[in-house]
Amino acid sequence: MIGLESVYILTGLMFGAYALQHLFDRSNPRRWRSASFWGAYAVTFIAGSYLPDVVNGILVLAMVILAGFGGLKPGATRTSTPEQRLDGSRRFGNLLFVPALVIPAVTVIGTLALKGVIVAGRPLVDPAQVTLISLALGVLAALAVAFALLRPPVGTPLREGRRLIDAVSWAAALPQMLAALGAVFVLSGVGKVVASLVTSTVPMTSGTAAVVAYAVGMALFTIVMGNAFAAFPVMTAGVGLPLIVHQFGGNPVTMSALGMLSGFCGTLMTPMAANFNIVPVALLELPDRWAVIKVQALTGVLILAFNIVLMTYVVF
Amino acid sequence: MLVLSGVLVIIVGFLIGLNPLLVVTVAGLVTGLAAGLDPIAILSAFGKAFVANRFVGIVWLVLPVIGVLEHTGLRERAQALIGRMHAATAGRLLLAYLLVRQSTAALGLTSLGGQAQMVRPLIAPMAEAAEERHGPLPEDTAHLIRAHAAAVDNIGVFFGEDIFIAIGSLLLIKAVLADNGIQVQPLDLSVWAIPTAVFAFLVHGARLMLLDRRLARCRGKQA
Repeated sequence: MIGLESVYILTGLMFGAYALQHLFDRSNPRRWRSASFWGAYAVTFIAGSYLPDVVNGILVLAMVILAGFGGLKPGATRTSTPEQRLDGSRRFGNLLFVPALVIPAVTVIGTLALKGVIVAGRPLVDPAQVTLISLALGVLAALAVAFALLRPPVGTPLREGRRLIDAVSWAAALPQMLAALGAVFVLSGVGKVVASLVTSTVPMTSGTAAVVAYAVGMALFTIVMGNAFAAFPVMTAGVGLPLIVHQFGGNPVTMSALGMLSGFCGTLMTPMAANFNIVPVALLELPDRWAVIKVQALTGVLILAFNIVLMTYVVF
Repeated sequence: MLVLSGVLVIIVGFLIGLNPLLVVTVAGLVTGLAAGLDPIAILSAFGKAFVANRFVGIVWLVLPVIGVLEHTGLRERAQALIGRMHAATAGRLLLAYLLVRQSTAALGLTSLGGQAQMVRPLIAPMAEAAEERHGPLPEDTAHLIRAHAAAVDNIGVFFGEDIFIAIGSLLLIKAVLADNGIQVQPLDLSVWAIPTAVFAFLVHGARLMLLDRRLARCRGKQA
């Protein structure tokens, strides 16, 4: 069975190749730092499942120290010139879009088609992870198509991949770091404290007040935890069910559906949701870390207000 | 209450612009210590969760493909394509992407998009190119358009996916309610995602139209 482990090894090998490129980049005086950072990240992908938790923790700590004090520097880039790119754009025309579209196409088709495939009595791919495995297959298919159509030099994917990952830099590991922080929050009982804060500060004398507390609490909790999935069980068990449903006789279906969407409004406004709000800042090379959140915040607030109004009308 | 000190570390750290990896690590340490965990236990919890969440790092596999295409002229091609469409403006283009992203997510096709796969190589350069037809872009205008491109991808998927009955968030709602003795069907939940989805499209669509007006005003000032 093809599981996530093989995709992790592939990803680890890619990061290992970036580490080696940094190691041999004599033009970068800080090449050891970049090589060690990407090397440690590669090890967590390749060997993370077999190493003891504390060793993985030490690898993560090493990455934090390498990136956190002094930072990573991009390596030397030998990319194409603007003239070469214009020339390529004219020569290949809209064929250039084909490999880019192969990735989502294969991901979607693979997700739908591979789920039920049984080989020798066992599923061919792990049914729970079929989307991520299909994404990896999509990348390999897109690379094959790109080589067939565009015939770039053999080293181009890893060299250009390293140029892009240097632009993303430490932000590449931030979503996983925040998930790790979330785990520490759970161990430490942060959720219960936030939920009790919400219930104790808002006067719950009417159904409307309870709805406001629940929806705003979902958004705030999500801003703190970076994830509406972490907020939902705590807020629903702490505020939603005891007050809105049991005390004021509200409908749990509409409450939950709109509560989750209120959490998503919080996701639009928090740097803790790094893969949505911080990673694109790095990917798009924006100088302001808050640039994406600034654009999204107003929409998030307006949708939250809409959810509250709608919930007060339909839940009771 | 003391365990909230980690949240305070996050807020202060992000606001004064320290490296987020460092801020998150210190916040985890402070929170864990406040809850009475020993440092080795905190380090182990960090390592365990970091490794358990490697699936979010798989998306970086797409960078080599995007790199090859950018190297050969993908952005230039996207710009040339948009340059020929005279009705295209940055706001209208992003509005069209919002509609596509929301409706495909509503059908469960959440992987037809994404910041690395779609926004960086295609959507952001196209939106910039639509505005560039009126002359070279000042840097902060280009940055504003790019941030809007990223936002549309997020808003589209967040307020589309809950209409699909097999999405993770609806399954979570079903499980949490079932734990509390309430049985619900995903279909009943997904129906209630539709009004918010429509509102999200209207309100963010209106903001994209306002973006076009703002861009036009900025052009006027320069000329």
